[in-house]
Amino acid sequence: MDIDLNALLETYRKNPFEDHVLQSVHTGIITFKVQEDQEVHGPEGKWHQKPGTLLYQLERENNIKKIYSPCSGTIIDLRRDLNGSFTEAGVDLMSIRHRLDKDEVIDRILRDVLILFTAPQRARYLLSPEFAVKIEKQGQPSIQPGDEPIIMSLMKRDTNLVYSSTPGVIYKVYFQQGALVEEGAPLLGICQEENLSYIQQVVNKIKTEWE
Amino acid sequence: MPAKDKTMMDSGKLITQLYDRATYLIDIKKSQDWGNIGDILKNLHQVRQSIFDLDEQVVFEQLEQLDAQISDLEGRLARSITPADVVNIVRSPQRFTLMDVLENVYDSFTELGGSGDCNVDPAMVAARATVSRRVKDKLYTHQIMVIGHEKGRGEEFRNGGCARPWGNDKALRYMHTAETEGIPIHFYIFTPGSYPIEDYPGAAQQIARNLYAMAKLRTPMISFISEGGSGGAEAIGLADMRLMASHGYYSVISPEGAAAIEGKIREGHKVPKELIEHCAAQLRMTARDNLELGTIDRVVQEPPLGAKREDYAFFRRLRYEMIRATDEVVLQAKSFRAMRTYALKMDDNDGSVEEFPVGVHWEMDRSEIRRLLELRSEKYRRMGQGFGIEEKKGLLAGLSKAKELAEAGYYELRYGLIRPHEKNVKKVISEVSSEGSTFLRKVTEPVRAMYEFVLPKTEDVRTGPMEGVERRSIFIEEWEPYVSPLANEDRTITCPNAEKSGCQDLWVPDLYGEFCGVCPTCGHHFPLEYQWYLENLFDRKTLKEFNTHIVSQNPLRFQGFDARLEKDIKKTGRRSSIITFDAGVNGIKLVGAMLFSDFRNGTVGSAEGEKFVRACDKARITRRPFLAYIHTTGGIRINEGTLGVVQMPKCTMAVREYIDSGGLYIVVYDNNSYAGPVASFLGCSPYQFAIRSSRIGFAGPRVIRETTGQDVPPDYHSAHNALKRGHIQGIWDRREFRKRLYEALVTMGGPNLYYK
Repeated sequence: MDIDLNALLETYRKNPFEDHVLQSVHTGIITFKVQEDQEVHGPEGKWHQKPGTLLYQLERENNIKKIYSPCSGTIIDLRRDLNGSFTEAGVDLMSIRHRLDKDEVIDRILRDVLILFTAPQRARYLLSPEFAVKIEKQGQPSIQPGDEPIIMSLMKRDTNLVYSSTPGVIYKVYFQQGALVEEGAPLLGICQEENLSYIQQVVNKIKTEWE
Repeated sequence: MPAKDKTMMDSGKLITQLYDRATYLIDIKKSQDWGNIGDILKNLHQVRQSIFDLDEQVVFEQLEQLDAQISDLEGRLARSITPADVVNIVRSPQRFTLMDVLENVYDSFTELGGSGDCNVDPAMVAARATVSRRVKDKLYTHQIMVIGHEKGRGEEFRNGGCARPWGNDKALRYMHTAETEGIPIHFYIFTPGSYPIEDYPGAAQQIARNLYAMAKLRTPMISFISEGGSGGAEAIGLADMRLMASHGYYSVISPEGAAAIEGKIREGHKVPKELIEHCAAQLRMTARDNLELGTIDRVVQEPPLGAKREDYAFFRRLRYEMIRATDEVVLQAKSFRAMRTYALKMDDNDGSVEEFPVGVHWEMDRSEIRRLLELRSEKYRRMGQGFGIEEKKGLLAGLSKAKELAEAGYYELRYGLIRPHEKNVKKVISEVSSEGSTFLRKVTEPVRAMYEFVLPKTEDVRTGPMEGVERRSIFIEEWEPYVSPLANEDRTITCPNAEKSGCQDLWVPDLYGEFCGVCPTCGHHFPLEYQWYLENLFDRKTLKEFNTHIVSQNPLRFQGFDARLEKDIKKTGRRSSIITFDAGVNGIKLVGAMLFSDFRNGTVGSAEGEKFVRACDKARITRRPFLAYIHTTGGIRINEGTLGVVQMPKCTMAVREYIDSGGLYIVVYDNNSYAGPVASFLGCSPYQFAIRSSRIGFAGPRVIRETTGQDVPPDYHSAHNALKRGHIQGIWDRREFRKRLYEALVTMGGPNLYYK
């Protein structure tokens, strides 16, 4: 077993946070609307239609732009010294320390331990009929190098994508059938057969124990 | 059964009855604190608990006491019933519903389009029914189509009588069935409002279709209103005679909704009870108010606290009133003499609701149907009239009348008499020439060449649909373009799609000047003032406003509304939210109506409705295309109550008559267009377009959330989605509005642009 999932889990347990560094989106005079250590929330609603907490305003050419929090968490490293001054684009303004929930932890761990089959370009992706049936019936079917699990649909032209990595089982499908996927985004997460039960155990452990 | 058990059963029944009466009072007052109703209920509960422990005599004595107390409270309430109480009476679960009416008013009925929960829309019920009348010793049976809302007896699937768009579509289908079969329709309105969803066919669009069809449905229609919630009620409300339950309400909006708007209550916050009661009184929604306002024809008297399910005397009264109303509608269309005789005989009937002195056949011939439609048109055109019209006096009035008559005479002569003959002659010539063209060409060609040499063809854009386009560029304008005052600001602005489409910040003078308020990257349209359209859309100096003497008023004396009207008049320099005008687009003359946002958010009241109807009539008389450009409309003006609501059927009637007489009616939506107008005189147009980035719908997101309990996506009402649902026929770019309008006029008008 070359993956030490427990160690990985332990690192997340010790530090269940992810810091999102926020940079100024463009030049302008900045006015902060939050304080250090303040709790903020991200966009809400089914379609994320309600914006998160107002973080700061950036004024350029008498145009006041309001910048809202992209995720929930606590404000850290706030550059209070920049308040009221002219700021260049891309300057670090603050970070949001976001506490990972169990689904996010599982997602991060799986991305670390699974073999990811990523999208070669921005296109629509579909499971090949053979693999769609297998996934429906078996749940986690095996996959061998040379298999064609995915169809890439671009400009009405379909191309079969060949899997060429280590043999294993399809543990997770990351995309919706027929949805547009950005280049480099994961499509399939493949797990070596001998690690399957171990990974399953860890996932179950996180699901039940993580608070 | 032993005597003791029997009396126990009777006392049990008595307790249940008293319990129902007490809870009914609580339903009406929405409180146990009113009177001593809470104590009465408590005592009733105690008697029920100890019924087998107490002596029979004692039980009856206590029940008698409670009965007297409840009767006292009922009497007290009946004497001081408020509009808010009426709303609660209508919403009480003990109130009669359509099913009770079908079972008790009609002899027999067969439900159509499904039954119970197995239904197209269980909130809307259609049924074929029979109703009979006794004349002396003879029984006459009539066939009827009954259509109405069913609130249900606690059944969730009935949706509280809120018909979905396809429920209204079902109603329309059976209206047409009745029309085909030549039987009258009885409508029963028991709805707090239409279910505000945009799914095809769409709440607003379907109500508009229903109104459009009902305006000229060739069969007598009678409606009875118990709970008339705005647009939902109108979907089956445009009838030849409108009756109303004495304890019903008919309103533009629920008192809660009005209170939330008036009090500017934020979503999710509780609306104060006092404010709801105040709004209920201000909206003048009761039967008596509506009778005074002329929005209904007659009131059907109910018991002092409203009719319940077992009020059989009321059902007999209702049956009598519905038959009588149908008789009157039919006889009015048949002859004045027959109607007068009928009225005299009914007056001699000594108030009996069991027997009719005379039998009337409800079948109508063609001429009678024509008369029926004329009467219907007159009836709705009269509604809400007389509010806000500043009549011209003396010589000015005479001149104005003479001008109108001369104009009508001229257009009748030109298009009514000469044009058809001209058309016929042209048709004959074209037929003859096509047949003998080969033979005659050799003879006619030299003559034609000579004729064209002497009298060359003049440039006329109206000669054919596309000829004008080829010969004359509409981009070449001879005047300085109007620039929005919004451009006079030195700052930048961010496009709302900047994050998604990567739009750069826009410099305001560029945006509102050169770019006409359109983001050059994503094409988002920023709102522009209505003056921009008046200046840029029509030919220079062709725009002439008319009917400026019709002004918005406060006909219901809605508290605080006068001041708001004054403020808007001062702000805009206009006196209503609609501008009606004659104008030209690249040489094509048209009549236009524009609802704009600056005045009461483009809401429609009596003055606006009247101006719209008159503009429609002007387009009909002058045989010109009619453009309704909706800069913004927030719906029907709630401060005018049902006087506002009746503008829906009234304006739809005018539109229907304009279209039927051969007119071309085009609607263009911009910014925000919602509610009543979209659900009537705008939504019924066969040619509806929208300016990009506009929103069109029935109810806004907040109302949808509060009514359906479900959230809607942010782009739910977007023009793009309206186009996908088939509500509009195209989306136009503001910069090409003039060109598109011209194209639409020549394409859809074709050679019949000035009438078919």
